[in-house]
Amino acid sequence: MIYGVALLAGCMFAGSFVGNLLGILTGLNSDIGGVGFAMILLLLATNSKTVNKIMPAGYTKGVEFWKEMFIPVIIALSASQNVASAIDGGLLALLAGVGVVVVMMLMIPLLNKLIPQKAEDKVSEEVEV
Amino acid sequence: MKAIANIFVELFIDNAFVMSFLIVGIISLFSKFVADKLTRGKIHSSAIAIFLGLILAYVGGRATGGSKGLSDLPIFAGIGILGGSSFRDFAIISTSYGAKFSEIKKCGVIGVVALLIGVIGTFFVGALIAIAFGYHDAASVTTIAAGTVTFVVGPVTGAAVGADSAVIALSIAAGVVKSITVMLLTPMVAKKIGLTTPRAAMVFGGLMGTTSGTSAGLAATDPKLVPYGAMVATFYTGLGCLLCPSVLYFIMKIFLP
Repeated sequence: MIYGVALLAGCMFAGSFVGNLLGILTGLNSDIGGVGFAMILLLLATNSKTVNKIMPAGYTKGVEFWKEMFIPVIIALSASQNVASAIDGGLLALLAGVGVVVVMMLMIPLLNKLIPQKAEDKVSEEVEV
Repeated sequence: MKAIANIFVELFIDNAFVMSFLIVGIISLFSKFVADKLTRGKIHSSAIAIFLGLILAYVGGRATGGSKGLSDLPIFAGIGILGGSSFRDFAIISTSYGAKFSEIKKCGVIGVVALLIGVIGTFFVGALIAIAFGYHDAASVTTIAAGTVTFVVGPVTGAAVGADSAVIALSIAAGVVKSITVMLLTPMVAKKIGLTTPRAAMVFGGLMGTTSGTSAGLAATDPKLVPYGAMVATFYTGLGCLLCPSVLYFIMKIFLP
């Protein structure tokens, strides 16, 4: 159990390091996509044969535990949002916040239709090759 | 009687983090009951739980005047630890375990396109709304528009372009509203907008951004989609911080002298 949790923690720090480094390089001084890099690292690590050889059997249970805990964490997250001030922010905050979401949601089917077609063609070409 | 109640209050405060497991467990169990019995499984129980969490956050915020929702009440402080950014990121990273690498590779280009359209599109929609509400100086409009990107990008941009602190507060509020809207609206419209595949989830993450909103919204829709959406979304705030105070601010300056 602990091995998987430790691996997860290691990925998080490694990813955040890359994110922060990128932040310094771009002059933003904040974490840019650290979580994204950490996710890719974890994905690579759990698929790697060497890692699976080094780690004791069943280590992935520790990762799975936190994967299961994801929704409870999100519930806690929603319970600690500043909902009161969001509502107090007034009509502009409400309209702007809701407005951008609605417009962007309308764009999803559009983007899905426009771009992926090409991507899928590419993939099928690769398969044929 | 009061002495007994005090024992509990003290226990809860002393063990705040453990207390949060109990609270979230109770919220989840109650939500599952509501989802199964009252909606007959039509609404995902996590959607109900997240909604309940937001209501509790509102009640907590009203009761204390604080900014961390329910966790501002001392006996619920642990909720703020479990739902804080550290455990949020930790749990989000864990969701990538079991995701298909081939899916992510296939969507790399779409992810980048979605991110660009997401940040820039959101910015201009936000800017138009700010202008409609009577803001006409480039700094204010840019800051409010940046807030609609995410509640992190708003204050970062506001500080960079020298916006008024009231405007920065407004931009944060707009960003929080956006995040909450994504949490609530996603499970409701998921099927209609075709949010059923990893590819669509990545496009979704790129267009919406807000890591909290996207991961919560997808969790309540289909937990399998979370890693795809969340992975793209984590780059959104960074891209927003990069574009809003620079290129997008200059564009605003051209249109709003």
